[in-house]
Amino acid sequence: MPICGPKLSLCGLIISVWGIIQLALMGLFYYIHSVALIEDLPLEEHYHTPAEFYAAADKAYLQNAHNCWIAALIYVVTLGFSAQQFYANSRGSSSN
Amino acid sequence: MGSLFRSEEMTLCQLFLQSEAAYACVSELGELGLVQFRDLNPDVNAFQRKFVNEVRRCDEMERKLRYLEKEIKKDGIPMLDTGDSPEAPQPREMIDLEATFEKLENELREVNQNAEALKRNYLELTELKHILRKTQVFFDETAPDYQDMLVNRFSQLNPSFHSRPSKYDIRTLRVKFTKSQMADSHREEEQLNLLEDGPRGQQQQNLKLGFVAGVILRERLPAFERMLWRACRGNVFLRQAMIEAPLEDPSNGDNVYKSVFIIFFQGDQLKTRVKKICEGFRATLYPCPEAPADRREMAMGVMTRIEDLNTVLGQTQDHRHRVLVAAAKNLKNWFVKVRKIKAIYHTLNLFNLDVTQKCLIAECWVPVLDIETIQVALRRGTERSGSSVPPILNRMETFEDPPTYNRTNKFTHAFQALINAYGVASYREMNPAPYTIITFPFLFAVMFGDLGHGTIMALFGLWMVLKEKPLAAKKSDNEIWNIFFGGRYIIFLMGVFSMYTGFIYNDIFSKSLNIFGSGWHLSYNTSTVMENKALQLDPAYDAPRTYPIGMDPVWQVAPLNKIIFQNAYKMKISIIFGVIHMIFGVVVGLFNHRFFKNKRAIYCEFIPQMIFLIFLFFYMTLLMWIKWIRFSAQNPAPYSVHCAPSILITFINMVLFKTSPLINEECNEWMFWGQGVLQKFLVLSALACIPVMLLAKPLLIMQERKKALHQPILPYSTDGQDGENGGLNPQTQTAAAAAPAGGHGHEEQEEMSEIFIHQGIHTIEYVLGSVSHTASYLRLWALSLAHAQLAEVLWNMVLKMGLTMSGPMGGIGLWAIFGFWASLTVSILVLMEGLSAFLHTLRLHWVEFQSKFYAGQGYAFTPFAFEAILDGGGSTED
Repeated sequence: MPICGPKLSLCGLIISVWGIIQLALMGLFYYIHSVALIEDLPLEEHYHTPAEFYAAADKAYLQNAHNCWIAALIYVVTLGFSAQQFYANSRGSSSN
Repeated sequence: MGSLFRSEEMTLCQLFLQSEAAYACVSELGELGLVQFRDLNPDVNAFQRKFVNEVRRCDEMERKLRYLEKEIKKDGIPMLDTGDSPEAPQPREMIDLEATFEKLENELREVNQNAEALKRNYLELTELKHILRKTQVFFDETAPDYQDMLVNRFSQLNPSFHSRPSKYDIRTLRVKFTKSQMADSHREEEQLNLLEDGPRGQQQQNLKLGFVAGVILRERLPAFERMLWRACRGNVFLRQAMIEAPLEDPSNGDNVYKSVFIIFFQGDQLKTRVKKICEGFRATLYPCPEAPADRREMAMGVMTRIEDLNTVLGQTQDHRHRVLVAAAKNLKNWFVKVRKIKAIYHTLNLFNLDVTQKCLIAECWVPVLDIETIQVALRRGTERSGSSVPPILNRMETFEDPPTYNRTNKFTHAFQALINAYGVASYREMNPAPYTIITFPFLFAVMFGDLGHGTIMALFGLWMVLKEKPLAAKKSDNEIWNIFFGGRYIIFLMGVFSMYTGFIYNDIFSKSLNIFGSGWHLSYNTSTVMENKALQLDPAYDAPRTYPIGMDPVWQVAPLNKIIFQNAYKMKISIIFGVIHMIFGVVVGLFNHRFFKNKRAIYCEFIPQMIFLIFLFFYMTLLMWIKWIRFSAQNPAPYSVHCAPSILITFINMVLFKTSPLINEECNEWMFWGQGVLQKFLVLSALACIPVMLLAKPLLIMQERKKALHQPILPYSTDGQDGENGGLNPQTQTAAAAAPAGGHGHEEQEEMSEIFIHQGIHTIEYVLGSVSHTASYLRLWALSLAHAQLAEVLWNMVLKMGLTMSGPMGGIGLWAIFGFWASLTVSILVLMEGLSAFLHTLRLHWVEFQSKFYAGQGYAFTPFAFEAILDGGGSTED
């Protein structure tokens, strides 16, 4: 049963593939504590001691890595859904 | 020289074709697509040409085919398109084709007419059915008091009832009965005071009441009702009911909504009036028996007739479908055939008839390299037509400029199209397209440098390139898609080059990749870092080594001076690329001068132009290199960072003959030894080139003309001096020598003053252009900066929101925001920014590069080719 049209499902497919690749990689970069991504961490403006900052940063890095991977996993679901929709659409249009 | 760099050598040929063989020969040439015919009777009216009758017959056939196509499309039958193109049929086959189309068209028209008549019939019956069903309801529900009341009302009627709304006004009745109808405002207010006095039967008189029943378009109903009310002064009574199901209009197949109405009235006068109004509103009236039994009987009859009609209609549809399916199989094929025949006769119309009427004479432009192929094709055509006399292809000499023909393949085609959009190259001029293949994507990528966006673009291009055949077979009508698809190789190359520049800029969706490890390290201790808000790193101590390739990733996390650093770098490379690009353009001009044996232009234009460009602007880029190489943070005093001069200031001072003020005691005034003297020499020689460019050529021409006036006429001795016209054939030169005063060519017809003005404009354009064009290449920097900033803003404003979300919803939030960010990235950064960078690149090529050498005053070679005619949807070049 096609819910999305052919264009929307194709769009979903492309964004899902892109999302899986980029979010998985970003998750990996967060996991290895990439400095380039430090600006995108949920951190406070100021910390009193370096140790405090490092602890917070480590925690945030790990959390963001997990968030990225979770989002990537949701994109796997989206990919499956879009693929099913795309298939349903193409089958529907070819049988007509 | 290869044909890639210049257009093909063309020649004008005369072609003698035997009348019988002409058709077959032209057909072969059309398949080949290498010959451009000239119209030999331009002053003959299109209706007075020889084969106008055949062209007209083809038009007629095409019209029939279009009719068939329309019908096929209406029924949604797929048309078989094998994509192959059958050969143009023999002229005698045309009659067969005509007969086939005639038969098909007639058959189809007949079927359609029958179907329409049947449908009309069907519509009428359906309407009648609805009338019978609906009126039944009217009669039923109003039956008890309907008679009473009407009788009451009508018996009380008096002539003055309109002026004095009496209690027994007919409107009372109407209000009573129209409760269920749509309420008009004035009717509504009356309803209030009139409703309660619904009088019940007092006197019963038998008055004959008439009625008509019919069907009307639903949107006409309100007007119809009002009209009836006004024209009959409220003395009629109308009831209506909607027909829920849409009915099909037989004439155009649209679905229309209609309503059933029934009108009661008294007397014949009113009857005629009501009928007239119905007629005026195109309402169809149907006879409706009064007695319920009759109605029932009639309804039964109608139902059976509808069923019969349905079967007949189904059979008609089947027949129509069969006819159309059979036609759909061959339709494309027929179209190709008819269009080919038409094109051939159209071409034959351009030919001249020999006096003996035995042969046709044509003139055509032909690429010299293809004469052999054309002759083979002609021979094949002759054999096919069974003629014994071979056609004669005869090369002619002409003074006219031949058309420009650049052979392209699917890869170079798009690049050639970009060049041709500016102007078709003059005959045998240097073609900028081959260089554009590299410079275009490169300059684009300088502005679009981002590894991520480049990857998206390259993948899109790659997909189109790989899926080329299936995508091309689809033949989409979408204009934007066709533009993208036509430029698939450009898009792919632009994407790949952008990936490279993105890697050099170390920019992927505004983030940097630290592949080789940054060359910088931090030498501050913990307390310093903790106490200061912003710290500077000194390249002399903190950057012991350089990043191997591209930009050091550390700049991405240095928000305060990242832009300053990148601006200095990108501005310099923009100017360097620009100057090299322009010098290359001037050098390409040299090949033009050499090819056209224009020695004077080499000495009077090319050399001074080169000197001007190199001595001023290329020297400036050299200064940049020197600054990059000699000055460093780690160097001691005279070549340390503090002593590095500003290139722009140095350049301005150089032109103004000023010395730059000393920045520091320990610095040198100049970057290298002898710079001051060298700069003076360079500026003076560059300035000296301006009068050379301005005056040398006109003066030389003037001198030559004077000499020519004094010299006696010597037909063959001028060949050596007349270098200007070396590209032309010897006959023109003898002609020129024979008549030196009247002369030939444009050069000598021009007046001296015009030559001076022309040269003046050229020089000013070049000198000012060199300055402004160099500055114009700064757009490379500006757009690159804008692109990088926009990408960064998008990341920080959108994706950062998702990334800094904490808690369990983080993943889901990131999922949604990533989708948003991705679509914005594609639509704004890749599509819009890409378009803007594309247009700027196009400008850099058209204006800054091509103005150095490209005249672009030719006209394109448009060969007679079936392929082009069929692609163009059959519109021949008339």
